[in-house]
Amino acid sequence: MLDDVLYLAQQTINALQQGSIYALIALGYTMVYGVLTMINFAHGDLFMLGAFACMLLAGLLMPIMAGFPPVLVFMVILLLVMLIIGVLGASIERLAYRPLRAAPRVSAIITALGCGLLIESLTLVIFPYSKSMPTLFKNTTFELIKFANPQDPNSPITLTVTVLQLIIICVSLALMVALDFLIRKTRYGMAMRAIAFDARTVPLMGIPVDRIISMTFLIGAGLGGAAGMLYGLAYPVIAPSMGILVGWKAFIAAVVGGIGSIRGAVLGGFILGAVEVIAVVAFDSSYRDLISYSLLLVILIFKPYGLLGQAPNQKV
Amino acid sequence: MCKCRQRTAASTLRRLVNSFLASVGRSRWPLPTLVALGFSLAVLSRYVPIFSGYTQIILITIGINIILCVSLNLVNGYMGEFSVGHAGFMSLGAYTAAVFTTKWLPDTPALFPVAVIFGGAMAAIIGFLLALLSFKTRGDYLAIITLAFLMIVKSAWENIPYVGGPAGLLGVDKYTTLPWTFFWVVVTMLVIRNLVYSKFGRAIIAIREDEIAANAMGVRIREAKILAFIVSSFFGGVAGALYAHLNFINPKYFDIVKSTEILVMVYLGGISSLGGSILGAVVFTVLFYQLESMGLGYWRMVILSSLLILLMLFRPRGIMGMKELAWFLPGRELFTRRKS
Repeated sequence: MLDDVLYLAQQTINALQQGSIYALIALGYTMVYGVLTMINFAHGDLFMLGAFACMLLAGLLMPIMAGFPPVLVFMVILLLVMLIIGVLGASIERLAYRPLRAAPRVSAIITALGCGLLIESLTLVIFPYSKSMPTLFKNTTFELIKFANPQDPNSPITLTVTVLQLIIICVSLALMVALDFLIRKTRYGMAMRAIAFDARTVPLMGIPVDRIISMTFLIGAGLGGAAGMLYGLAYPVIAPSMGILVGWKAFIAAVVGGIGSIRGAVLGGFILGAVEVIAVVAFDSSYRDLISYSLLLVILIFKPYGLLGQAPNQKV
Repeated sequence: MCKCRQRTAASTLRRLVNSFLASVGRSRWPLPTLVALGFSLAVLSRYVPIFSGYTQIILITIGINIILCVSLNLVNGYMGEFSVGHAGFMSLGAYTAAVFTTKWLPDTPALFPVAVIFGGAMAAIIGFLLALLSFKTRGDYLAIITLAFLMIVKSAWENIPYVGGPAGLLGVDKYTTLPWTFFWVVVTMLVIRNLVYSKFGRAIIAIREDEIAANAMGVRIREAKILAFIVSSFFGGVAGALYAHLNFINPKYFDIVKSTEILVMVYLGGISSLGGSILGAVVFTVLFYQLESMGLGYWRMVILSSLLILLMLFRPRGIMGMKELAWFLPGRELFTRRKS
């Protein structure tokens, strides 16, 4: 009985870790969809680049900053990764998406697909084999609860949490809270919500639409980059294909939550994390994709615009 | 000033190309002649070594890609939806036909066409179900549903031990020959061309232009969409069946990258254009194999994806977007166009 409860708690921690990474990536999809009503298919690959940027930066900075505490090194690398990936995301918008803003929407989606493919294949040219992530800090395991196992005294029942899990969950939550504050309380966030509400009237009110959209891409891609770094630390073998594998799943999370809705993306991310952990525990890891994508289909049948999404007005 | 001169040069070029296409296309005899010539060449190549084995593989791949491209163009080009699940239909056709020829009725090459039709029918049934789902949503959400469909199908194959699981189905007989491929290309072109210029075709195009307005004008949206989906997925399945009997099949092949390749072909050649689909498939396949033989395997997708981005930026509808080679137009269309 007790070991069942602890097992459940242990899996909940795993689900939180997985879900917070999905939620961070999903935020980027949903922010871009909110302002441009466009699916940024390149976002998953920006996430993947986040992991590679972290690997390169760690190789560069670890020797220089050897004397500093690991927390500081981690923070510096995190900020740099977010900045680099954010600038990259904003430049993709500037070069590839902005010229197409007046074109049919399908062209923009295809361009995004092309950008994602280009990033992935370029990374594959540079890193043909998967790389291993350097460890930024010592990953201590804390035992929260420990009981003697009545059947087997040598293997006690424990509930453990690692430093890495704590960092992943805390950093993601901090970023999400910061984003929520930014969108609800600042002038920039107000402008972003205004564009999502009515993109045609907003420029008439003197809001610099182009700059706001660039900012949105900067922030969204930056969050994706941070998620890539955290994911790379959690699963230290990184390969260019993870942009597709993980990125598309985070996209599902955004859709399940209702694409365009910030809180929906967070909700969707945690739901997806939970479903994946349940699928692996209850069935087998090879059924993970089958179950998470079937869940998406079922939710879309009953709630076509996601859990927290709103149906758009259709005009003739 | 410089920009102005560029524009005139481009427009002159475009006018030249258009007038050339019009003058070649005005006569009706070249298409049947070419089809007859191609078919006899394909049959002849079985007995006389006209093409090397490598060239034959490339030609068959071009044929399969044309089928995929034309059938996806029906949904993505003519109907204006954005489906990314074509590789899923392809895998349905491939697995069904391969199970048919390897497990149910092995060693009967005469039944190969039945297997192909069977594979197409399986894909069409699932396509019908997907069409029912798609009424709930439109636009970006259809892309999501087809994406989910693709992932579910791929992951289902990986979990069914009967069809080999993650290792794929091995030992499929190599029944796909040049004549069969050519035959199915012609059938696909004929069916989709006749469909597009029929009453249903008009309905499909009306849906692309404006679904609500089309509905108000009395277009039966559900029927037209279901039909377009069924036909498109049927030929996707046929292409898969042909592919299965050319190589061994592995579930990993039918993933989002394969779907993206088909999308690149469609949008490269041009949406709403049968001639464009052929052009796209030929250009893409030849480039693909050429780059590989030049030892640029890893650079291949870099080049093709940059090509796609540049194309979207400078010619968003593809090389032959919305334009049709006059050979593929029915006679009455040609007449009305010449008059206008």
